[in-house]
Amino acid sequence: MDSKKVIEGIPASPGIAIGVALKYEKLKPKITKKELKESEVEAEVERFLRAVERSKNELDKILKLAIEKLGLEGAQIFEAQILMLGDKTIIDKITERIKAEKLNAEFIVNDEIEKYIKFMQSSDDDYLKERAHDLEDLKNRVIRNIQQEKWLSRFDSSRIVVAESLTPADTILFSRNQVLGYAIDIGGYTSHTAILARALKIPAVVGLKDASKLIKTGDVVIIDGYKGLVIINPEQSVIEEYQDKMKRAIEIERKLEQLKSLPAETLDGKRFTLLANIELPDEVDEAIENGAEGIGLFRTEYIIENGVIPDEDEQFEEYLKIAEKVYPHKVVIRTFDIGGDKIFKDYHRESNPFLGWRGIRIGLDKPDILLTQLRAILRANTKGNVMIMFPMVTSIEEVRQAKKYVELAKSQLKDKGIKFVENVKVGVMIEVPSSALMAKEMAREVDFFSIGTNDLIQYVLAVDRGNETVAKVYQEFHPAVLRLIQFVVESAHRAKIPVAMCGEMAGDPYATILLVGFGLDELSTAPKNIPKIKQIIRLIKYKDAKRVSKRALIFKTQDEVKEFLNKELKGIISEIEI
Amino acid sequence: MIIKEVEIKNRTGLHTRPAAMLVKLASKFKSDFFIEKNGMEINGKSIIGVMSLAAEQGSKLILKFIGEDEEEAAKAIVELFESGFGELSELKEENKNGQQEGN
Repeated sequence: MDSKKVIEGIPASPGIAIGVALKYEKLKPKITKKELKESEVEAEVERFLRAVERSKNELDKILKLAIEKLGLEGAQIFEAQILMLGDKTIIDKITERIKAEKLNAEFIVNDEIEKYIKFMQSSDDDYLKERAHDLEDLKNRVIRNIQQEKWLSRFDSSRIVVAESLTPADTILFSRNQVLGYAIDIGGYTSHTAILARALKIPAVVGLKDASKLIKTGDVVIIDGYKGLVIINPEQSVIEEYQDKMKRAIEIERKLEQLKSLPAETLDGKRFTLLANIELPDEVDEAIENGAEGIGLFRTEYIIENGVIPDEDEQFEEYLKIAEKVYPHKVVIRTFDIGGDKIFKDYHRESNPFLGWRGIRIGLDKPDILLTQLRAILRANTKGNVMIMFPMVTSIEEVRQAKKYVELAKSQLKDKGIKFVENVKVGVMIEVPSSALMAKEMAREVDFFSIGTNDLIQYVLAVDRGNETVAKVYQEFHPAVLRLIQFVVESAHRAKIPVAMCGEMAGDPYATILLVGFGLDELSTAPKNIPKIKQIIRLIKYKDAKRVSKRALIFKTQDEVKEFLNKELKGIISEIEI
Repeated sequence: MIIKEVEIKNRTGLHTRPAAMLVKLASKFKSDFFIEKNGMEINGKSIIGVMSLAAEQGSKLILKFIGEDEEEAAKAIVELFESGFGELSELKEENKNGQQEGN
């Protein structure tokens, strides 16, 4: 295969699509300056006002569709555009200018609105820069309506939509058509397009950087939403290969779909709990849809925008939203796990941020930040389904200190007469070797553990997995890693506390048999992984898993472990692998 | 004409919602209302204008009211700024707690 024909991005929505590309470009409307005769002015003003009216109708329609597809909350992304289109002052100003300057409507609209777009764009504030996009969109919508050109948002046959970016409005409008897949230059796993694509079960790859430059309308394109690949004009053999994959994928998805309401139980009746890791309240539906029995890791970092930490009330509202959505299941809320550079603008750059000022260290050094968040979390625990988890814990002292702050936050709330469920479980992430090695003692200090394998492996093996030069040193199945995990689980159980895993390993089907055998009580992973992991659990015996995990601990290298696992998992992995 | 100076106290500055609140209140009065920031002046009854001021927490704004009900308008709008667009009540409590913690 020609390597130029395969582009790699972020797998945003699982599935495979093969089809003809439709490049979606919003052509900037052509604007010419035209002088009007006195007799034409009145009609021109009419033309402008009708365009505003039509734009309003369009936006209303988009809003309605958005509420249908995304729910009320999701539809809030259209709030700014709708408010801006209702700006009577600007509409009057434009009307006056058309009359006074005797120039065509689109020229005046462009001239007038562009000023404001420029102001917003020049701001340092990311939020306002986003609004500049909104206003630009709105301006183009009105101008198009003045020129009475229809936007391309409906097409007749099935297409793979390729675009540099899609606004939420575009994505919503496209969802009325037969979209086979999306290939988008920008965006990440939690961008609006990605969340929407997953909700609509349309394969999507985002973050492709130059897909819209490399792909032309009419090209045949394959979207691999599992691996995050886009293949342009593939050879017949590749198409056939993917057609097979697609058939298999559909078959497997259908099988997994049937598992949704079944428990994660081994053939010999041992029950496990599968939870979801999420970072936005909007992802809860997706998690439940995939069979999650709660949220095992709710990352709270998303709430920090431009280095500004929202106040207690705002945080409370976010946490409450998720606690209520998840109820009667539980949600484990992790306190901020970020580096100092993310919240303090003047904070110096660290030469070694992974070993620097981050996670609970910041919370303990800046108790105001920690207490505010703890109060917000406690208040959100109106139904008793919220748990608190501290990241990056390295010592017993830190745990004790952090727990003191939980008590302090409680008494502060009580002093204010605020009601909340006082009995809240407090746990820690085990992601630093020291806390793993101290697990026996640590287990007596907390209500639960959650093993964060990404950081744990990174710290145990002293390897930055983001660094490609050393990436192969990062070994999930390194015997040292497995031994540590086993020790943590055993220590937790000796102290009679549950232990979960919320790292990527929890979502790796090859690791499931080991984790089951070690006796992890809960596995928490990205929502899309849950059905696969459940399937594996339902295909194995606990008895066998125990034997396998015990055997795995005696190997000396990752290769030996992997070879052994491959043998043991023969006939099982093939049930889920596409 | 009445001229007032205010400082943005709420955390988010004049983002969509506070801007909408401000415009809605200003539109209830007959008086013209202008906002000036760093030499740029916009019509305070225009949400696009207000948002494009990019007024963040701590920004100082000059408000101008011209018209028959300018006194009432000035009073109501300055109050809205003072109240931090409803975002502030909790902040005060927090500062108190923060100070206790520092001791």
